[in-house]
Amino acid sequence: MAAAEFEVPTLTEYTVVPKIKEGATAHVKTFPAAEVSQTYLGYPWTLTEDWQERAINKMGDLLGKYRSLRVFMDACVHCGACTDKCHYFLGTADPKNMPVARQDLMRKVYRRYFTLPGKIAPWLVGAEDLTKETLDDWFGYYHQCSECRRCSVFCPYGIDTAEVTMAGREILNHIGIGQKYSSEILVKVQKIGNNLGLPGPALEDTLLGLEEDIEADTGVPVKMPLDVEGAEIMLVTPSADFFSEPHVESLIGYAKVFHAAGVSWTLSTKASEAGNFGLFNGNYETMQKVAMRIRDAALELGCKRIIVGECGHAWRVAYSFWNTLTGIGYGGNDPFSQKLQQQLDNRYPQPQHICEYTWDLIEKDVLKFDKSLNDDRVITFHDSCNVARGSRMGTEPGGQFTIPRNIIKAVANNFHDMAAETIGETTFCCGGGGGLLTDDLIEVRVKGALPRMNAYNNVAQGQGVNFLALICAICKAQFTKVLPYYGFDRGQVGGVHQLVSTAIKLD
Amino acid sequence: MTSLTVIYTGLFYFATIVLIGGVAFRIYEYSRTPAPLVIPTTPAPTTNTGVAMRMAREVVLFESLFKSNKWIWVFGWLFHVGLALVLLRHIRYFQEPVWFWVEFLQPFGKYASFMMIAGLAGLWARRFLVDRVRYISTPSDHLMLALLIAIGMSGAMMTFVVHTDIVALKGFALGLLTFDIQPVPSDPILLIHLALVALLMIIFPVSKLLHAPGIFFSPTRNQKDNPRETRHIAPWAAAMERDKA
Repeated sequence: MAAAEFEVPTLTEYTVVPKIKEGATAHVKTFPAAEVSQTYLGYPWTLTEDWQERAINKMGDLLGKYRSLRVFMDACVHCGACTDKCHYFLGTADPKNMPVARQDLMRKVYRRYFTLPGKIAPWLVGAEDLTKETLDDWFGYYHQCSECRRCSVFCPYGIDTAEVTMAGREILNHIGIGQKYSSEILVKVQKIGNNLGLPGPALEDTLLGLEEDIEADTGVPVKMPLDVEGAEIMLVTPSADFFSEPHVESLIGYAKVFHAAGVSWTLSTKASEAGNFGLFNGNYETMQKVAMRIRDAALELGCKRIIVGECGHAWRVAYSFWNTLTGIGYGGNDPFSQKLQQQLDNRYPQPQHICEYTWDLIEKDVLKFDKSLNDDRVITFHDSCNVARGSRMGTEPGGQFTIPRNIIKAVANNFHDMAAETIGETTFCCGGGGGLLTDDLIEVRVKGALPRMNAYNNVAQGQGVNFLALICAICKAQFTKVLPYYGFDRGQVGGVHQLVSTAIKLD
Repeated sequence: MTSLTVIYTGLFYFATIVLIGGVAFRIYEYSRTPAPLVIPTTPAPTTNTGVAMRMAREVVLFESLFKSNKWIWVFGWLFHVGLALVLLRHIRYFQEPVWFWVEFLQPFGKYASFMMIAGLAGLWARRFLVDRVRYISTPSDHLMLALLIAIGMSGAMMTFVVHTDIVALKGFALGLLTFDIQPVPSDPILLIHLALVALLMIIFPVSKLLHAPGIFFSPTRNQKDNPRETRHIAPWAAAMERDKA
């Protein structure tokens, strides 16, 4: 690993709230998007001449379309409850990484152009014109937010900075300032079918290779079917599962579970990506277009169930938004939704998380495990932000916390939770979510991981934990990169279904 | 009728219209703006009753704030509960005879002014002492606290130090309600108190005081967690879908 060009924070027993250091990460700027991707997404690619007017108009448009933004701009009283809740603030000490200050970057413009006091006496209420400097701050600090919603847990009015960041990015895109990483991914997923840009034949090859590996390893011919019409289950999983370590270990785990359950299942070339970066940029139509691939694939393949692999933001979009965006779910009484509802098997929730599926089989005693095969691991579980605070599993609120843990305990003997204030609904982001998983942001990624690394270090030192299990492709990639900065081996991170894969007994 | 009475009568009618009209307009705006996606902060309740309970805990107990920071919670809660008791006590100036429970609240309402002032003082101190809160504070944040403290102190002065002609004041208040204008007592502390209250009423609909109606419209708190069972779609999104079909 090359030496870091910044100071890696030192681990401490508790994450200390730092004294503010103005401008600490003002220099961190993600790469701007190029013409090709911006044009494809329907945005200008360089600052337009009338950018100020366009930005204000777009803000007005969003204020009229999103009650969240409308209420959140007005309701904040600057109480300070959120100021020490963001992992990027805790890791960088830059005050503009405090959720309220991040919101205020937009709120000061909102006040200036959309409220009476801001028009009459801007100095009094902290209102400011939309200047190039503010735009610069937007681009900088709206890409130092992973939209993890931790602040929204603590806000007395439920103000969710993610909604503000999304709006900020949408306005920036609208005037020609996009982010290279997210824009390019949104093009790849729409043109090729997945975020990695893996074409169909390559995917087929990869899956055949994996089938051979599993058979060589276990002696059991576990299949990874692709584009099988009439399969009962269509699995939609992040494309990193096909290609990256440790993601692929979980993919093998899902395949083994399906094999053990004896169901017919398939992957889809068209829907070879569960992730939906449309969420990160706050553009409803883009998010809908990306999500529609799943619906289209489901209709083409005629599957009865749609199951989603380990991916945090994908699960938020799937669980919370797919029904709205694409009619994958129940309760729609329009022809568009009914068409799919008639095809899907209504004995099961749609969509369903792979953890819900596996846990259901464990409860029904369908799956058999040799837990001792995981005995070299002392495991803890990292709740991924979008699963924890933006979705659910099972029938009861909080199922997203219990179900993955129950699976781990069913397949392994050694499990310890991290400190209570760092898991569950108050879990800390890995530091790489929300479109920040790119090398140009490595400094904030490493620093933003500090609270999680402190919590992990505590159980590593205290309980001998050596495995950070989780259910998110972005978290896996982020920790693989960031763990070494803090002195841990990158092999210490992996998926819940990697543990399932290790312990499952196949016939 | 003295010019003082004319000014204060006019001021209170104006302030009342601005407060009621302004807040009603905001509520109309908030309710008219759709929430296109299901975004409750989870774990979230799955039923209407659950949502009502969550909102009640939020509004009455400041549940999220309690999770966040015990100092802000103590000061904020003292202030708001103090203010609520003080406001309820003030109902007595607008009715004859006075309801039983308002009579009952009278002693609590009197001493609640200290709760209110103490809470406000604590919140204000944080704006100076905590570097993070100092960083986010604007002049209006300070002035809002100054205004509320001045209202609380001038009120408490009249309750505990220099009494005002409360019978005449009640005459003035009832006169406003019945459109039968009565003279306002020309006691300076009272006049200051009344002017500041009117100012607070006027700035309410254009300030951060909108957090009061705002919380009820906050999608992260008022939505049910049921997106797999119910198709939630905003009118503008439905229109977009129809256009494409």
